[in-house]
Amino acid sequence: MRETFTKGMARNIYYGGGVFFFLVLIGLTVDTVSGISKTDNRENLTEQVIAGKYLWETNDCIGCHSLLGEGAYFAPELGNVYTRFGKSTEAIKGFIKSRPKNGIPGRRSMPQFNFTDEELEQIAQFLKYTDGIKTARDWPPNVQG
Amino acid sequence: MKYESQGIAKMYFIAAIGLFVGQILFGVTMGLQYVWGDFLFPAIPFNVARMVHTNLLIVWLLFGFMGSAYFLVPEESERELYAPWLAKIMFWIFLVAGALTILGYLLVPYATLAEMTMNNLLPTMGREFLEQPTITKIGIVIVALAFLFNIGMTILTGKKTVITLVLLTGLAGLAVFFLFSFYVPDNLVLDKYFWWFVVHLWVEGVWELILASFLAYVLIKVTGVDREVIEKWLYIIIAMALISGLVGTGHHFFWIGTPDYWQWLGSIFSALEPIPFFMMTLFAFNVVNKRRRDHANKAAVLWALGTAVMAFLGAGVWGFLHTLAPVNYYTHGTQITAAHGHMAFYGAYVMVVLTMISYSMPIMRGQKAANVKAQALEMWSFWLMTVSMVFITLFLTGAGILQVYLQRYSEAPLPFMVVQDKIAIFYWLRELAGLVFLIGLLLYIYSFFAKGKEVGNIEAIAS
Repeated sequence: MRETFTKGMARNIYYGGGVFFFLVLIGLTVDTVSGISKTDNRENLTEQVIAGKYLWETNDCIGCHSLLGEGAYFAPELGNVYTRFGKSTEAIKGFIKSRPKNGIPGRRSMPQFNFTDEELEQIAQFLKYTDGIKTARDWPPNVQG
Repeated sequence: MKYESQGIAKMYFIAAIGLFVGQILFGVTMGLQYVWGDFLFPAIPFNVARMVHTNLLIVWLLFGFMGSAYFLVPEESERELYAPWLAKIMFWIFLVAGALTILGYLLVPYATLAEMTMNNLLPTMGREFLEQPTITKIGIVIVALAFLFNIGMTILTGKKTVITLVLLTGLAGLAVFFLFSFYVPDNLVLDKYFWWFVVHLWVEGVWELILASFLAYVLIKVTGVDREVIEKWLYIIIAMALISGLVGTGHHFFWIGTPDYWQWLGSIFSALEPIPFFMMTLFAFNVVNKRRRDHANKAAVLWALGTAVMAFLGAGVWGFLHTLAPVNYYTHGTQITAAHGHMAFYGAYVMVVLTMISYSMPIMRGQKAANVKAQALEMWSFWLMTVSMVFITLFLTGAGILQVYLQRYSEAPLPFMVVQDKIAIFYWLRELAGLVFLIGLLLYIYSFFAKGKEVGNIEAIAS
């Protein structure tokens, strides 16, 4: 680097740029948080959905699946599973319930979690709510996730 | 070793390397589960293996960061560590907490672990990379605060250098942004939005400050280049990291229910994110070319240059590959992401910790540099691990391109599992590359015990 560009200038760019863009991020965050009520499907955020989200978390579903594209890539995307399963919470519940305890020889299989009927309903409702979140360009690109 | 308390780094590095081995063992286990679906099922389901793999990575990198800071800071500050006893206590607390958490993942179902640790009082479990029980997270905060206090007091009461001040900013940011791991709103969009305040602002934000300061330190030591020159580079690199990376967080806000303007902001700013990594590569080669001495520790120089190149490839190039919103529309959450994640973490953070270990470990063992044979073996392990990681990345990229085409882009998109079967060959090849990586890692460990001819005690002056 040429001598006309001094260490002091570099330092000022670091402090100035860092602080400025951190403030920009905060501003955009305030705007995002106040604006997402139009897309985040909060009108359907019921007690059942909240309980379903807790089950989603405490069984580490994200360790195999992705949800709106985030998570692991070992098992199908679930952000749109409600649509993929024909808009049927019964189909989702049936799938989770029917997983064999010892897996499927040679194949990937979801564990059998032994959920109660109430818990199954909560998880299915959580996935239905997630499907209702309005993502940009209606991501994922198609029903396969 | 100029200051006795620098030696504390050794225990941190040994723990880091031990956990690294665990991480890779679970990595090759998961790689096998990709193609041999019921391997170890239901004893160790994929999600458990993945939690162990990613959490061990995070924990060992934190051990590596802490060890590196304990070695670097006393020397830069020209004083002993403020409280060596605190560093030793925190080591054991962190190690025991980490080990118990991993055992918890492996020995009981995750839901049971959540119950045992009373997750319902303050639910924080079950989010990617932040799966640790709440009590472990609180432990991490305590360890991080004690560490920051110790390092901070050493820096602030000693000689302040640009390297230590940048490092301190990075470490403070690491601790502050981790606090977002305690915020888990019911609203999924908000949950995802703020989850990135830990994950992105760590690896594409404050960790880059830590990385750059470690690299600058080692380069000063091994090249003898004037500190003024290196500090100027350091400032401008981390300035670009923050200028691009802070709003660059937006490349995670394309498809999670956040406003559309993130498509533009996220694309533009994250397209700038390779710049600091490219500058880091220029910086490293520039400084090594202008070196005023040939340091006896050739392995450390190799690791430093390797870090700069691989961080640019993994974080910069492979990140840019899928960061523009129109591309990410198709690639989001596919094997492309996995490819990027592997090379970026290895190239940036794994390699910088190994650079610090390579430079400091011989000094802590009373040598200027490791013996000739040990260095040769270490450099072999460098190439084995680095080249196999390049292949892991290439195979996952191949898998990802096919996955995107078959599942998302073609006229008749196929179901996820059908596609996974079709691309299995890439997973087999990735697994082979993973085994080579493991061999490289074992060789790396062996290199610490290899006996051979001692290197010359004083470095030659470069012509």
